[in-house]
Amino acid sequence: MNKLPIWRAIVMVVALAFGLLYTLPNFFGEAPAVQVSSAKSTVKVDQETADRVSRGLQIAGISAEAVALEGTSVRIRLPDTDTQLKAKDAIDKALNTDPKDPRFVVALNLVSSSPGWLSAMRALPMYLGLDLRGGVHFLLQVDMPAALSKRMDVLVTDTRTLLRDKNLRHSGIGRSPQGIEIRFREADTRQKSRELLNTQIPDLNWAEASLGGELALIGTMRPETEKRVRDYALKQNITTLSNRVNELGVAEPVIQQQGPERIVVQLPGVQDTAKAKDILGRTATLEIRMVEDSLEALNALATGRTPAGLEVFTERGGGPILLKREVILTGESLTDAQAGFDSQNPGEPAVHLSLDSKGARVFRDVTRESIGRRMAILLVEKGKGEVVTAPVIRSEIPGGRVQISGRMTTTEAADVALLLRAGSLAAPMEIIEERTIGPSLGADNIKKGFNSTLYGFIAVGIFMMAYYLIFGAFSVAALSVNLLLLFAILSLLQATLTLPGIAAIALTLGMAVDANVLINERVREELRNGLSPQAAIQQGYDRAWATILDSNVTTLIAGVALLVFGSGPVRGFAVVHCLGILTSIFSAVFFSRGLVNLWYGGKKKLAKLSIG
Amino acid sequence: MEFFRIKKDIPFMRHALIFNLISVATFIAAVVFIAIRGLHFSIEFTGGTVMEVSYPQAAPLAQVRKVVEDLGYADAQVQNFGTSRDLLIRLPLRTEQAGADEKAAAKATSEQSEKVMAALKAATPNVELRRVEFVGPQVGEELATDGALALLFVVIGIMIYLAIRFEWKFAVAAIIANLHDVVIIVGFFAAFQWEFSLSVLAAILAVLGYSVNESVVVADRIRENFRKMRKASVTEVIDNAITATMSRTIITHGTTEAMVLAMLIFGGPVLFYFALALTIGIVFGIYSSVLVMAPITMWLGIQREDLVKPVKKKDDGPEIYTP
Repeated sequence: MNKLPIWRAIVMVVALAFGLLYTLPNFFGEAPAVQVSSAKSTVKVDQETADRVSRGLQIAGISAEAVALEGTSVRIRLPDTDTQLKAKDAIDKALNTDPKDPRFVVALNLVSSSPGWLSAMRALPMYLGLDLRGGVHFLLQVDMPAALSKRMDVLVTDTRTLLRDKNLRHSGIGRSPQGIEIRFREADTRQKSRELLNTQIPDLNWAEASLGGELALIGTMRPETEKRVRDYALKQNITTLSNRVNELGVAEPVIQQQGPERIVVQLPGVQDTAKAKDILGRTATLEIRMVEDSLEALNALATGRTPAGLEVFTERGGGPILLKREVILTGESLTDAQAGFDSQNPGEPAVHLSLDSKGARVFRDVTRESIGRRMAILLVEKGKGEVVTAPVIRSEIPGGRVQISGRMTTTEAADVALLLRAGSLAAPMEIIEERTIGPSLGADNIKKGFNSTLYGFIAVGIFMMAYYLIFGAFSVAALSVNLLLLFAILSLLQATLTLPGIAAIALTLGMAVDANVLINERVREELRNGLSPQAAIQQGYDRAWATILDSNVTTLIAGVALLVFGSGPVRGFAVVHCLGILTSIFSAVFFSRGLVNLWYGGKKKLAKLSIG
Repeated sequence: MEFFRIKKDIPFMRHALIFNLISVATFIAAVVFIAIRGLHFSIEFTGGTVMEVSYPQAAPLAQVRKVVEDLGYADAQVQNFGTSRDLLIRLPLRTEQAGADEKAAAKATSEQSEKVMAALKAATPNVELRRVEFVGPQVGEELATDGALALLFVVIGIMIYLAIRFEWKFAVAAIIANLHDVVIIVGFFAAFQWEFSLSVLAAILAVLGYSVNESVVVADRIRENFRKMRKASVTEVIDNAITATMSRTIITHGTTEAMVLAMLIFGGPVLFYFALALTIGIVFGIYSSVLVMAPITMWLGIQREDLVKPVKKKDDGPEIYTP
């Protein structure tokens, strides 16, 4: 009776081996490292990059412990932090030949110093959350109404151009709260316009209506267009954010969509939060509009009056400037902006812009019609516009390659390029949640979390062994296995461990004892009821099982609710809590029974159990 | 070692009315505190900025207060956090701005911490920024809704499970008993104006799931007793069930509480209120799931027939009946 079946022994050994193996990497600590990743989508990090890194380090006389290509980045492990800093400079020099246009991000990082064979079987240390390792967390909200409104503006311009090109006369185009309103004098024109618009501007749903007795067409955005605009805005902003984060040189940034209109940015290890926020928080959008330089308009401006159809803005480092309300292009069409030099006149700094195909077409038409006039690039931040630059159009510009030059220093060119790149957000964003944790606090949190778990565990362990003797020792052993398995699973899943997660570990251990107490109390009771020791063990485990299952299911229901509805710290707690409940069922019931069987199983004439 | 060797069943149910009166009294007190004093919500719910700064020596509290006030944050709170060298600075969302232009206000708030830090650095250069948390106004409402939904989910989930596994009377009684705990925990937070944060909410939900264990264990034993103690009355059955499980109840809660106490003492200020909520939850959990849940099932008129299905005749090993 109660002999340890062979299958149970095998499962126990396998679980123990799994637990030990996957917990192991957490004990090796971390070594300083430099991480190289791509700064541009066109640049690939491959073995060749790794070779260049090795050569660069050789030239600088730095000996690295390991240079390894891991996925899309090269990691260089170094002996100490001094060498780490030197190596970073050396690698930067070797890879980024043009410091103004870095092709690679070279960042300081920490890598696990566990041996390679462990990493090869995906046995990695636990992934620590920002509250444990320090860093910055932002939650950004994309302003979707603004994105939709901007798209509408562009559609209004498109419609106007289209009707003019086809010579369809209307008596006014305007924005309405829902979309576009076009007024017509003749029903015939309206009919023709409608047919044209239906085919040429399918983003809108065109319907005939009458506005105050006038014939009109009303265009409203189709739901699928709206969805596309939203998706695009989010994707574009994530791309822009990724580019900006690259400028910061962070080793393992996280930039993810959260919900339909939010983006999470996590920058582990970043210390200069002000700079990070400055770069990420730029909520700029870009517009290209024509400048009104007519004498009449300028006179009006001098008298403090703004003529109809125009708006006053300030030029960067200059006075007021009058712009037409009509937006020719938005930042959406701008694919890149780089500082460089004038192609005709090398030595003079310039900014090079690239436009997408639609932008290029519009740009060609506009420049052809307005040679000699000025166009302004307007950066709109939080509803306030500033003219970054207002160059004169010298010639028709086809092909979408634009160069802005003249009276600029190199720094100014770099600034403008940066501002323009920053402006290519599809929609403004704002930070709605921010969490910054200094590195010392992170280390403190680990220590505090670890200590409270340890002391709690010791207290519970001593009590259990004093109260239930050998059975208590089995319970403590089961509890240790529980902890081991929980660590192993967290390491294997690479779930983020946060301080609430550590709290959940402690709490789960406390609750896991419950199962063992239930079993031990039950065994005692069966003994009191006069059962033989062996029968008492069997009855105790069997009867306690149903109760243990019930109580764990109810705890799990609460855990799942936290997982589903929780966010941030609560989710970190819930993940560990749920996993802990599952491991505790296994260890408390399956494992402890195995131990009891192993201890008492062989003894035929068992007179007494050591259960206090 | 054994703490509880009780020979005779303790007649808990004879005093059921008293227990229920005590419960009703604490419950009403908790509700009154919540209604009158309200909860001191953390910035996760209200929106705003929290900064934790650390000084190498004792923090100049008065000076920091003045610096913060000079920046125009008259309604900011500055207090020690954990040690005398650490300070916690709370900057609320600016309501007048929030009303006019919510977005501009959010932007302004996300910059608040930088301004304050710069001013503090100017006053004392060796101050260290340990942590900043900023929550915009739109997040707080969502958190409150999500929290309420989570609570609802737990309550309904547990009720369905208990109703399937036992009987609806147990489900109702267990949920009333444990919700009564939740209200009392929240009542404590209102009475002492402790900070009610997301982690406290997590603790409350966790302890709700945990306390139900208690009710499950007692219910389990009541069912078993109905099967075995064929001649006993309902009160006797319940009394015996509670007495038999009492040892286990106190010991498991004791061990869990040992862990929670370790967190309360060594876990630092971040885990403090989390551990505190758990402590209250555990203490009241013992009381309510045993002494509130059992009487309610009794009032609801639990009977042998509710739990013992007469058709079920399965021999599950040797059984010894206690008279």
